[in-house]
Amino acid sequence: MTGDGAAQMTGAGAGLDGYRPLPGVPDELLDVAGRVRPIWTSLAGHLGSLSPSELAGHLARADRYLRDSGVFYRQYGGVQPSDRPWPFSHVPVLLDQQDWSAISAALVQRADLLEAVMADLYGPNRLVASGRLPPALVAGNPGWLRPMVGIRPRSGHHLHFLAFELGRGPDGKWWVLADRTQAPSGAGYALENRVATARAFSGLFAQENVHRLAGFFRDFRDALLAGRQDRDSRVAILTPGPLNETYFEHAYIARYLGFTLVQGEDLNVSEGRLMVRTVAGMRPVEVLWRRLDGGYADPLELDATSRIGTPGMVAALRAGSLTMVNALGSGVLEARAMMAFLPKLAPHLLGAPLAMPNIATWWCGDATARSAVLAAPERMILGDALDTGMPMDQRSDAIRAATMSTAELARRLQPQGAGLVAQEAVTLSTTPTLVAGRLMPRPMTLRVFLARTATGWTVMPGGFARIGATPDPAAIAMQMGGSAADVWVVSPDPVPAVSMVTAYGAAQRRPSPSALPARAADNLFWLGRYVERSEGIVRLLRAYHTRLAEAGAASAPLLAAMTPLFDRNGVKPGQGVPQALLDSLEAAISSAGQVRDRFSPDAWSALDDVNRSARRMALRVAPGDDSARALSALLRKLAGISGLVHENMYRFVGWRFLSIGRLHERAMGISTALAVLADPDAPEGSLDLAIELGDSVLTHRRRYNATASRDSVIDLLALDPLNPRALRHQIDGLRDQIDMLPAANEHGALSPLAREVLRLHAELATADPAQMTTEQLWSVQMRIGELSDLLTTAYFI
Amino acid sequence: MRYRLRLTIRHDFRRPIGAGRQLLRICPRDIPGLQQVLRCHVAADPEPLEEAWFRDFFGNEVIELVLPAGLSSLRFDMTAQILRHSTSSSLDLSAPLPRLGEELAEITDLGPDSPHHFLAASPHIPAVPEITAFAARSSRDAGTACAAVEQLGHALHRIMRFDPEATEVDTPIATAFAGRHGVCQDFSQIMIAALRSLGIPAAYVSGFLRTLPPPGRPRLEGADAMHAWVRAWTGIEAGWVEFDPTNACFVSADHVTIGYGRDYSDTAPVTGMMRLVGSQTGTHSVDLVEEAG
Repeated sequence: MTGDGAAQMTGAGAGLDGYRPLPGVPDELLDVAGRVRPIWTSLAGHLGSLSPSELAGHLARADRYLRDSGVFYRQYGGVQPSDRPWPFSHVPVLLDQQDWSAISAALVQRADLLEAVMADLYGPNRLVASGRLPPALVAGNPGWLRPMVGIRPRSGHHLHFLAFELGRGPDGKWWVLADRTQAPSGAGYALENRVATARAFSGLFAQENVHRLAGFFRDFRDALLAGRQDRDSRVAILTPGPLNETYFEHAYIARYLGFTLVQGEDLNVSEGRLMVRTVAGMRPVEVLWRRLDGGYADPLELDATSRIGTPGMVAALRAGSLTMVNALGSGVLEARAMMAFLPKLAPHLLGAPLAMPNIATWWCGDATARSAVLAAPERMILGDALDTGMPMDQRSDAIRAATMSTAELARRLQPQGAGLVAQEAVTLSTTPTLVAGRLMPRPMTLRVFLARTATGWTVMPGGFARIGATPDPAAIAMQMGGSAADVWVVSPDPVPAVSMVTAYGAAQRRPSPSALPARAADNLFWLGRYVERSEGIVRLLRAYHTRLAEAGAASAPLLAAMTPLFDRNGVKPGQGVPQALLDSLEAAISSAGQVRDRFSPDAWSALDDVNRSARRMALRVAPGDDSARALSALLRKLAGISGLVHENMYRFVGWRFLSIGRLHERAMGISTALAVLADPDAPEGSLDLAIELGDSVLTHRRRYNATASRDSVIDLLALDPLNPRALRHQIDGLRDQIDMLPAANEHGALSPLAREVLRLHAELATADPAQMTTEQLWSVQMRIGELSDLLTTAYFI
Repeated sequence: MRYRLRLTIRHDFRRPIGAGRQLLRICPRDIPGLQQVLRCHVAADPEPLEEAWFRDFFGNEVIELVLPAGLSSLRFDMTAQILRHSTSSSLDLSAPLPRLGEELAEITDLGPDSPHHFLAASPHIPAVPEITAFAARSSRDAGTACAAVEQLGHALHRIMRFDPEATEVDTPIATAFAGRHGVCQDFSQIMIAALRSLGIPAAYVSGFLRTLPPPGRPRLEGADAMHAWVRAWTGIEAGWVEFDPTNACFVSADHVTIGYGRDYSDTAPVTGMMRLVGSQTGTHSVDLVEEAG
């Protein structure tokens, strides 16, 4: 587990002393004679050579990487789902090149078989008609989406991205445990595992000939881009949204491949084409990589209860204007009962038997299968025929046949047979994993990914290993405490270095800036506002508590004058860290969570850090001096976020919305502060307070060399274009950013938003400090507030 | 029998609603040997932005509409002319109930009319233990599948009360059955659940009833609105039979079919965004009149 591995380290090195495979179970590291298998020699030697503290240091590097990148996993089962650190197992699983080639070839064959079955189930349905597949298995399968029958995929193929769950049996041979054809997850996590593992064992990784993963992603990305007919259309990744357990991965892959991440509500179907609502209007999407179950994709023609789909998605597919990865309805292939038939379908459809068997499966709707189950119940696990889980996953429906009497079993099988399958209880091979600093054998399964390219299937050379929490194969699921490890395919020869850069020309064109979905733009704008608002609240509070600590009751009139400033954001200054500040930070996190694909991991962890700090402080900080110091610390962290975002984010449309949010919020803050504190009737000390809130104490001293006057304050904080805290500076920034937005200035005609910001700019540019009344300041403040509405109307709805 | 059919559906929205994509399943379909649609016309007010007609998996006529934004009311008018033949069902050729499963297994076809689609639970028709028990009780004496359909249908009609106020379009069948009340949709879906529990494939049929009964016969329940009944597969020889549990009778030339599905969700007359927005009122009226000649 992240973080724990290093801390619990005890005893001497993580060598092989004491590593004993389980009796009768094959082990990846040691052969039957107890010798280290050749490809593991270097890794075993490396682990054995490290002192406990060295090892702890290595593991901590990986953990730090995962934590800093914000890799997390959403855990269900408690009262509320919670985000857990990624359950990472540091020791990779090693496979040799020869073994791997056989696995790859077998899985490519299986992928072709599944494509052929799918094409039949959504086409002529000959497999059922000829008696090769029982009709109930298709007609009763919720994954078989009737509206998709007869719709031929535009690309010519139904399946484009698959995963297979593999296990190694007692005889050392690999078996397919499950087919993942719906919307397989894990490829992005495999990448993160790889980076983390390479950090923990950097020296070793560099000298071993480990196949790189980037080529697989590059080829699939290029294949998706090539799936467009119109070069100006987009490839998008459809996610169920931030509440999904693998949302992190969706955002990660979108960022890694440079595709637009969308949710169902971002999309719309118009005249038979799928469109994404962007800040520049509706833009066509021709290739959609969906990360949700097919049934949810269209509430109109598929699952009517879906809240994450797009009405008309099926219509777009019917019109042949969209390539869906994978075609809707591919979930039908995942039902475990299919595995009872695939071995027989392979010779029929491909002319050859399966190169890699799948786990022995009997569909109990068949009399011969029932006899087989009754003859050897001790080997069987019974389960729902249409369930998609693996036999070792602990599901409520799984029953060991041996726990029933023969008569009971026969009774169960006879009338309900068609709804049941029996699968052989499997033993999985074990692989070494670190448990409290020592290597221990644990059962593992392997998830291998295949992607379709122009030249056929390509196999990710590596994958995603799931490692059991205990020697019991049932505890392998992550929800059951299992963990994930990297998979190294080790070649005897040096492997080519690969990168994401496309080898050939055409596909590498960057998507045009207007690909930004309106929802993402909205979230970025509010992210900018909330971060700035938090900073503004902190500044206000700090000024308040400093005065409270220094002058106590004497400062009462000034403190009372601050009330409208606090009220604007619902802040109750009496608390050390008020709830409104925590809410504002939480809202920033929530907005950022919606756009993780566009938000750098560093900025994310900085934001997360501020949020945690504020929450910790809220528990123990007393008003007054204590508070003022805590708030200063918070302010430094917030400034760090702004730095990370503004220094590191590419100057795309997304960044503009973020900046507009920040400028807008700051303009609101400073104009309100001036209207209140520069009022002629404001109490003693108000002008100094305004200068402090505007972070301009030093500048004021240098420029005016005098005590603050109303004119000097208005000049410096409202009208000075060079003071980055001045109102004028914010308005200039807003004008510059808004001018660059889509449709701001079309053929010389300004949008209402661009026109209004230009007016504000002109007003401030020509104002005279002496003439600027409180009423005028309030009026400017109100008009700035209205910019937000204009922006919303123009770009977010 | 030659009919003139008129259907009007009207929705009023308290708040204007945005542009919406709708699917209409309101046009009668052709059924070889049983029903022929001579003419069918649908008008929408306001005029839709997009309109497309297609047949769904079960062969039902579907109209796909995209409506303009900001609607406060919406109206569909359908007029049609239909030829409907009556089916004679004097002889029970259906399979003995215990043999039905074997006959079903001989069907290896997954076309729209295949009974295999109609045996498993569907979105609106889960297995309900109380209905399963009721089905077993009321079909005890049935020798054949067709007899089971008839006995079940009559038994259901005896215990259920027709009550348009008691249920909503999305009331679960278990609730409607527990209350022993509902409309044709509830009667039909409960009967389908019961038939499926006996291993009899059963489909949902949406359609219309003639508004005025033939001379000397009582007016049927549900004639002033869209109607629904049940279609059951009773073996290779007898095929499908249709029963109307709301009126406890086999279906005759008084019924005109719009379409088939596994349950209401496959045949809902209007599917789309309107269902998602609350605060609306909807009315519909039906007129199915026999034409001379």
